[in-house]
Amino acid sequence: MGRYAVRRMLGAIPTLIVISFVIFAILDLAPGDPTGALPLTVPPDVRENIRETLGLNDPFLLSWLKWMRQMFISEPLNVIESVFGIQFGDGDRLRVISWASRGPVVDTIVERLPQTVWVLGLGFILGIIIAIPVGVVSAYKQYSIFDNVGTFVSMIGYSVPVFFTGLLAIIVFSVWLGWFPSFYDTTHRVRDWGDFVFQIKQSIMPITVLALFNAAALSRFTRSSMLDNLSEDYVRTARSKGLTENRVLMRHVLRNSLIPVTTLIALQVPGIFAGAIITETIFRINGLGSLLISSIQGADVPMVQTLTFIFAVLIVIFNLVADLIYGLLDPRIRYE
Amino acid sequence: MLKRSKLLIVFAVLALVAAACGDDTTETTPTTSGSTATTQGTTPTTQPPDTGSSAGSGGNITLLQWQAPTALNPYLSGGTKELLASSLILEPLAEFTPEGELVPKLAAEIPTLDNGGLSSDLTSITWNLVDTVWSDGTPLTADDVVFTYEYCSTEATGCAQSSLYDGIASVVADDADTVTVTFDAPTPYPYNAYVSYQAPIIQKAQFEQCVGAAAAGCTDANFGPVGTGPYMIREFRTNDTALYDFNPNYRGNADGEPFFGEVLIKGGGDADASARSVLQLGEADYGWNLQVDPTVLADLEATGIGTIYAGFASNVERLMINQTNPDAALGDLRSEYDGGNNPHPFLTNANIVKALSKAIDRATLVDVGYKSGGTPTCNVWPAPPAQSTNNDDCLVQDIEGAKALLDAEGAVDTDGDGVREYNGTKMSVLFQTSTNAVRQSNQDLIKVWWEEIGIEVELRNIDASVFFGGDLASPDTYQKFYADIQMYTNGSGSVDPQAYMGNWVTGQIPGAADNWGGQNIQRFQSDEYDAVFAQLSAEADLTKRSELVIQLNDLLVQSGSMVPMIWRASVSAFSNEIQNQGPLNAWDSEYWNIQEWTRSS
Repeated sequence: MGRYAVRRMLGAIPTLIVISFVIFAILDLAPGDPTGALPLTVPPDVRENIRETLGLNDPFLLSWLKWMRQMFISEPLNVIESVFGIQFGDGDRLRVISWASRGPVVDTIVERLPQTVWVLGLGFILGIIIAIPVGVVSAYKQYSIFDNVGTFVSMIGYSVPVFFTGLLAIIVFSVWLGWFPSFYDTTHRVRDWGDFVFQIKQSIMPITVLALFNAAALSRFTRSSMLDNLSEDYVRTARSKGLTENRVLMRHVLRNSLIPVTTLIALQVPGIFAGAIITETIFRINGLGSLLISSIQGADVPMVQTLTFIFAVLIVIFNLVADLIYGLLDPRIRYE
Repeated sequence: MLKRSKLLIVFAVLALVAAACGDDTTETTPTTSGSTATTQGTTPTTQPPDTGSSAGSGGNITLLQWQAPTALNPYLSGGTKELLASSLILEPLAEFTPEGELVPKLAAEIPTLDNGGLSSDLTSITWNLVDTVWSDGTPLTADDVVFTYEYCSTEATGCAQSSLYDGIASVVADDADTVTVTFDAPTPYPYNAYVSYQAPIIQKAQFEQCVGAAAAGCTDANFGPVGTGPYMIREFRTNDTALYDFNPNYRGNADGEPFFGEVLIKGGGDADASARSVLQLGEADYGWNLQVDPTVLADLEATGIGTIYAGFASNVERLMINQTNPDAALGDLRSEYDGGNNPHPFLTNANIVKALSKAIDRATLVDVGYKSGGTPTCNVWPAPPAQSTNNDDCLVQDIEGAKALLDAEGAVDTDGDGVREYNGTKMSVLFQTSTNAVRQSNQDLIKVWWEEIGIEVELRNIDASVFFGGDLASPDTYQKFYADIQMYTNGSGSVDPQAYMGNWVTGQIPGAADNWGGQNIQRFQSDEYDAVFAQLSAEADLTKRSELVIQLNDLLVQSGSMVPMIWRASVSAFSNEIQNQGPLNAWDSEYWNIQEWTRSS
């Protein structure tokens, strides 16, 4: 198992290098210009000078290699330095610099991470907490009123887009009822109970909207997985042994049914870090999703490149994690 | 069995820890102060100095800039959103009022010929500084002013405002608070350098190590410049939020300025959401650049808690009429000026363009797309005192008159297909603009009117970042102009029209030779225009300058190379609680007088 994991990790490295090259090539070919957002009063020769200082006119391969060096050597060293407080060399090395802000890309990402993980992570966990019981009950009482209502609600949750439910939530809870603010203040600090209440207030709408969306798909998945297992022979055996229904359901059926569900959840984890572009824009959260979209609009290639690459890394890692979890949960599966 | 459940627990814990990261960072930083007015008194940085003044006593104010600032250094990030956010901190020597009048800020007075600040041969200008300090307590000196010039004029800095410092031979500090700027040649209008929020003074001590190629690496300075203005930065999050405290060393403190102790600039979302927050929900005090469907905006304003403000400067939505032939069959000569040997088959005829202009109902365009944010105009330079009245006949739509004009030019429909021909060329135009709901609705209307007078119109819209971006590889930029007609807004960066009117001299015609670097986008060529512009460049008398600008304006409009349509305002909204902000300043920062703003309770 350990050797399998190491082998997979090593195998992922060429994949990631190819991914980074492809992303870079696509961005290089895409139209768009970081000076395009400047007012028209800035004359063309000044724009040309700005492009020159940004390194925009460098040959493609050179800028890719430069990015690789900054990303794989400079930035990890910086992280190590700041975590352990030690210094390599003079500490003055080229970092990946955003074309829009001229600030280090990695610092911006670190700054954006908390709100994205807080809102999306809670939305995700809340979604799981809602989905699994609903899925279990729906399966156990198949075709009951609960099951039908659950099917109906999750179909709506799954098919109505977030930009609709999000706006609806704003209109109802911000405009009509005035309970919650319609934008998210990232500078808000939690120091006492009142601050915490405000933190909940400003994040409850996006969390709920995301939780409902996540729960919809997951509850359907749990339900069908439960249904598969309920008809298995071992369930009949357990029941004929005289076990209580509760014990049959919770100890035997649920555990087996959760194997594919857990894998699915693991595969969705990178999405927490990738951010939810639409939800973040609607609720003005300014997390990683909105960072990605504004960087694409502003043709901020180093930012887009770094973000998409980090997402690619997370996806590769969690694919591996999902495979390993599957092997651990189901002893019949062996990796050699 | 035991092993499996353990693993599940470990996984669940991991997921929770990941989610709790956000929680951790928000909870473990109690040293920085909160964002609400009630907590403001607890932090040392926001406590008013013990002078007994009421500066900073007004709590907090929330300003929404849906396009958030990416940095606070106006010289590196020259977008309006960054200029605005830095104008709370950094101040220029002089600034413009909403009426376009030049008033001193860090200068003791405006140097003129009369007070001797401007030399009689117009080659040098001497500024005297007011006696003030930076927010860190050190005095503002002439060295800072000299340094600002050196910083921006060093090419490797990549300064976005370097054109404002063009034509300067030297900047010298005469003594601690006097600076003399010497120009290469007589400069009748010397108020570009160090004037307006585009060219504020930065602190030498802070930026000394950041000149040239080192500029981009100075993140701390670029995200938190030290300034002389009413506010200083407490926390800056690029592309998201800027949080300011009032500057306890600000020179207006004794007069109780600024009123607000804390300013929050919040970005994100879109213009609609900003408008709703200010006008309907009352959760913010100001919303910037509300390019929203005017009907929706009016509905929101009807809630009665906020007011829409429109400020006019020199921005005009115009049609650029390609004076060269954009036919794709021409290959490299496509839309190339080529010394006048490549004219457009029919749009170089001034009367045909006049007919196109007459067919447009400008009032309807304003009504559909802009309402109070625009007013019909027939001029390239729309603002007083150099406002021309010679072209005002375009303000009334005249379809029949347009048809008659075309008939008189011999542009008639000879083959009965409903489209006129001129000298054997079918009058069909490709009309392009940037992607934007208002522009597309205006495009549709114009197409209908033009088809009514027998001109075939093909519409096209291009994403703004491509259209206005200078990507040489893209055929869709407005500079390449591979179309017959294009629509966009442009205006002057300065109250003085000289630099702006200089866009249409012959030397500014873009083409492959200079990588489409010129500003004369429609490829307009007139020796008379060049001569009048040369006169303007040498004229110091303000009245005569205005007359020359009117002459240039009329030459441009009557040549048929440009069809001005709408004089556009900046549109922002204020909560009705905010007082003393005056009219919206479109010539300078909308926050130009933020130290005077107050809140009624």
